[in-house]
Amino acid sequence: MSDKVKVTIDGITIEVEPGISILNAARQIGGDVVPPAMCYYSKLEGSGGKCRTCLVKVSKGSEKDPRPMPKLVASCRTGVMDGMEVQNITSTEVTEARKGIVEMLLINHPLDCPICDQAGECSLQDLSYEHGLSKTRYEFERRTFDKIDIGDKIQLHMTRCILCYRCVYVADQITNNRVHGILGRGDASEISTYIEKAVDNNFSGNVIDVCPVGALTDRTFRFKNRVWFTKPVDAHRDCPACKGKVTLWYKGEEVLRVTGRKDQFGEVEDFICNTCRFETKKTSNWVIEGPRNIVNTSVIASNHYETLKPLPVIETSQVLIDANKVEFDRATKI
Amino acid sequence: MARKLLLENVNVPGIQTFEVYRQKGGYRSVEKALSSMSPEDVVDEVKKSGLRGRGGAGFPTGMKWSFLAKPEGKPRYLICNADESEPGTFKDRYLMTHIPHLLIEGMIVSSFALGAKTSYIYVRGEMMPQIRILERAIAEAKNAGFLGKNILGSGYDLELYVQPGGGAYICGEETALIESLEGKRGNPRIKPPFPAISGVWGCPTVVNNVESIAAIVPIILDGGDEYAKIGIGRSTGTKLISASGNVNKPGIYEIELGLPVEEFIYSDEFCGGIANGKRLKAVVAGGSSVPILPANLILKTVEGNARLMSYESLAEGGFQTGSMMGSGGFIAFDEDQCIVRNTWNFSRFYHHESCGQCSPCREGTGWMEKVLHRLEYGHGKMSDMDLLIDVAKKIEGNTICPLGDAAAWPVASAIRHFRDEFEWHVNHPKDAVERNFGLGNYADSLDKLVEAEN
Amino acid sequence: MLKVTEIENIDFRVELLEEFSEIIKRYPEGKHKAALLPILHLVQAEYGWLSTESMERVANFLDLQPIEVFEVATFYTMFFLKPQGQFVLEVCRTGPCCLVGAEKIIKYIETKLGVKEGEVTSDGRFSWRGVECLAACGMAPVLQIGPDYTFYENLTEEKVDQLIQDLKQNNEAIKSDSQIV
Repeated sequence: MSDKVKVTIDGITIEVEPGISILNAARQIGGDVVPPAMCYYSKLEGSGGKCRTCLVKVSKGSEKDPRPMPKLVASCRTGVMDGMEVQNITSTEVTEARKGIVEMLLINHPLDCPICDQAGECSLQDLSYEHGLSKTRYEFERRTFDKIDIGDKIQLHMTRCILCYRCVYVADQITNNRVHGILGRGDASEISTYIEKAVDNNFSGNVIDVCPVGALTDRTFRFKNRVWFTKPVDAHRDCPACKGKVTLWYKGEEVLRVTGRKDQFGEVEDFICNTCRFETKKTSNWVIEGPRNIVNTSVIASNHYETLKPLPVIETSQVLIDANKVEFDRATKI
Repeated sequence: MARKLLLENVNVPGIQTFEVYRQKGGYRSVEKALSSMSPEDVVDEVKKSGLRGRGGAGFPTGMKWSFLAKPEGKPRYLICNADESEPGTFKDRYLMTHIPHLLIEGMIVSSFALGAKTSYIYVRGEMMPQIRILERAIAEAKNAGFLGKNILGSGYDLELYVQPGGGAYICGEETALIESLEGKRGNPRIKPPFPAISGVWGCPTVVNNVESIAAIVPIILDGGDEYAKIGIGRSTGTKLISASGNVNKPGIYEIELGLPVEEFIYSDEFCGGIANGKRLKAVVAGGSSVPILPANLILKTVEGNARLMSYESLAEGGFQTGSMMGSGGFIAFDEDQCIVRNTWNFSRFYHHESCGQCSPCREGTGWMEKVLHRLEYGHGKMSDMDLLIDVAKKIEGNTICPLGDAAAWPVASAIRHFRDEFEWHVNHPKDAVERNFGLGNYADSLDKLVEAEN
Repeated sequence: MLKVTEIENIDFRVELLEEFSEIIKRYPEGKHKAALLPILHLVQAEYGWLSTESMERVANFLDLQPIEVFEVATFYTMFFLKPQGQFVLEVCRTGPCCLVGAEKIIKYIETKLGVKEGEVTSDGRFSWRGVECLAACGMAPVLQIGPDYTFYENLTEEKVDQLIQDLKQNNEAIKSDSQIV
C-alpha cells in the first residue's frame, strides 16, 4: 500500500494509484463528488480536457508543494499528487464555472429533446438538469447543420454536437481507417466525413455509444421508441470480431437495439462490432444474462422495477427470475 | 538617443545580405559562444540578463531554457515563434525583413545552448516574402560555415529550417504551434506535459519569440550583466514597440524599457504625437489582448505617477486600472474613435480565431461578438454590458489555452473604463450609428486618491 | 461537408513532386506529416485553390488518410477550398487598420470590383475578402495578394485604383515591381 497516494476530494480522503487523474480518483469515491465529464472517455487515449465541465479547484497541490493551482483545472487530465486537496462541489467557484460551461454548451444546442432518440440517456440533458439555468440569456439564431446519413446505420445530426471529439478518437483507435473528422474551425467546426463517404468499418457503430448527445444515433433504432420504455438486458454471444458482451434493449419480446454495456459513468465496458450491434437482433442470437443494472438516477431505471413483471425472456430460467427479484428490491427500496 | 541593441544597423544598405551583416560585426556571438563558452555558460548569461519572453507572456527566457529536459538518446528542438498575429504587433515582420541574419545568428547561439541539432523557424504563412528572405539568409549562413556540420570547427552541427503556417492566430500559442509544425490542426495541447518535457514529436522543445532569440546576440556579445544594466528593475534590456493607430509616426521603435509612455507618444524621436492634431482618447499598450486604458490612465497610474514602458509599470494597478506589456503592440486611439466599435472588431477577431476545441471559448467568443455587434449598431440593451462582463468572466481562466483570456480581457476592460460610451450607444441608438461618442472625460486628469472612510 | 467538385485525376508536375520530396527531408524520419502545410501552399500556388482531388493526391503522397488533409486544410484560413479569381485581394479588417480607414477601403474595393466578399468577377480575374490582422499595423491599411503574398500598404482609394489597373494590364510587371515590406 505504500506506493499509493492520498488525495482528498471535497473532504473525502482516498488512497489511489499514483498517476491517475483527479476524475478517476473521484470516481473511486463515487457519488456527488464525481465531476461530470462530457468529452473524457477512459477507454479512449488522449480524450478529455475539451468540454471543461469537469473543472475542479486544487486548493493544495501536494504534500511537497502545497501551493494551490492558480486556475481551475480539468480533473480528467490532471494527475493526482500525494497530499493533494481538491474541491469539486464544495467550491462555489467550481459550481459557478460549471454553470457557465453548461450555458455555453447549450447556446447553440437545438434543445430538441422531445424528438431526440438520445433523450433519457443524454449526458447533456443530465448535465443541464443538474447545473443549468432555467432560462437562456442567448438571444441569437442558433447554429444549424443538415442531417447526414453516414451509411445506412448511423445518422449524424451535427446541430446537436458538442464537439467532444470522442467519435474521432474511436475512429482513430478502434477502427483501422478513419474517414471522418473535424472540419472547419471555431464555432463553425463540424464533424464530417470525407466527401460523404459512409463510415463502413466493422467497429464504426461504437461512435453511437460514445456520443454524449444525440449527434450520432442508430438509424436502425430511429424513432422506434423512447429509451425509458425499453428494458435493458445483458446478453452475450460467441462473436469472432468482438467480445460479444452487449445490452439488448427490449420492448416486449422484440429487441429494438443493441448497445455496448454502459457503466454508471456512461462508458461502455467493451466496444462491440457492427454485426453484434446491427445484424443480430433476435433473442435466439444471444445468451441472456439478466437485467442490466441501471443507475437509480436514470430515467430508464425509474420505469422498470416498480412492479415485478419479469420479461418473457427472463421467465425461462429460475436464476434470471431470482436476479430480477434482487434488482426489483434494490430499485424499490429507494 | 537611447542605445539600440537589435536595430542599430537596420538602416545600413545591404544589411539583409550575409556579407554586409558580417562586415558590421555579425555572427561574432556565434564565434564567441562556440569557441569559448559551454552551452551552460550561454544559458547562465541569458539568465543573468533577465531577458523576458518578448512574445507576450514575459516569462524569463533563461528560466524557460533551464526547464528543458535532457533525456539520453532523445533529440531536443528549438522552435522560433514567428507566427506574429497579435493585432497591433508587427515587430517580428520588421526584424525578419530588414535584418534577417540577426535572427539566424540568435538561432544558432540559442540552439547551441539548448543542444538542438535541428531547429525550426515557424513563420506565419502570410509572410511568404519573409520566408523567402529567411531561406536566402540561411543558405548564405550555411555557405559561410555558420550552419551545417561542424560549425566553425567546433564539432557542433545544426540544421535550420523555415516552416510556414497556414493562417491561424492560435498557432502563436506554443503548443498549437507545435501541433501545426507537426502538420496538424492548430489545436493547443492540454498541459501538462509542457513542451520542455514533451514538445514537437514528443521531444523536449523550447519555443521562443523572434525578438527574444534576436536579443540573445547582444546578451552573448556584451554579457548578461551588461544587458541587465539597461532598462528598469525586472524589465531589462530594450524592447521593440510596434506603434500603430492614430499617431503621427507609426512604426517600429526600439526603446530602452522604462521610457515614460508620455514621451513615447509625444516625443519626435518616437511616435511624434497624435495625428492630425487630435487628442488621445485611449491606448491598447501591448497588442489587442491586453486591457485597453483611457488616456488618463495610460499616461499616469492611478497613484499619479508617470506610467513607464516596462512590464511592471504598465501592469501597475492590476486589471482595475492597469494593463500589460504583452507583445509591445502599442495602438493609439484618437478622440474620433469609437471604443464600442473597436471592441466589437477585436471580439470578431477572437471569434474568428478560436480553434473551437474547448467549449467556453468556442461558444463564448461568438456570443460576445454578437452582443457587441448589436450594441454598435444601436440595438443594444442596458443589460448587455453586465451580460458581456459575465460571459467574459465565464471564459476567462476556464479554457485550455490563453486565447480565452485574450478574448475576455479587451471586452471586460472596455466596459470597465468606457461604460459611459457603451451606455450612450444604448440610449442614443440613432446617434450611435451616425456619429461617435467623442472624447468624453477620458483624457481628464484623475482626482487624487483618498482613503475611504470607514 | 466537402463535395467532389470535378471528376478528374490530378497529376502533379514532376518538378512539384521533387519539391515535395525536398521538403520532407526537413523533418526526422517518419515525421513527414509535418510537410503537409508547406505542400498545401505549393499546391495552392500551382492551381489557385485546393480541390478535393488535389488534397486526396497530397494525402496519397504523404501516406495520410484524406480526412487528415481535409481537417488541416479547413482549419487554416489561407487555403481556398473553392476556385477564386486570378487575384485575390485580401484586405486586413482588424482594429488597428480600421483606425486609419480600412473599412472605407474595403467598401471601395467592393464597389470597384462589383462583387461581394468571396465572389469572383465575371472575367474571372478578381475576388476579395476581409482577413484578420496581417501584422503590418504600422503601414495600415494593407492588403496582400497571393500566391507570393505581395504586400500593398498605406492604401488609399487612388492606390487601389492604380493597383487594380496594373493587375488588369500586366500581370508580369506586377510581380517584378512587388516590393517586400
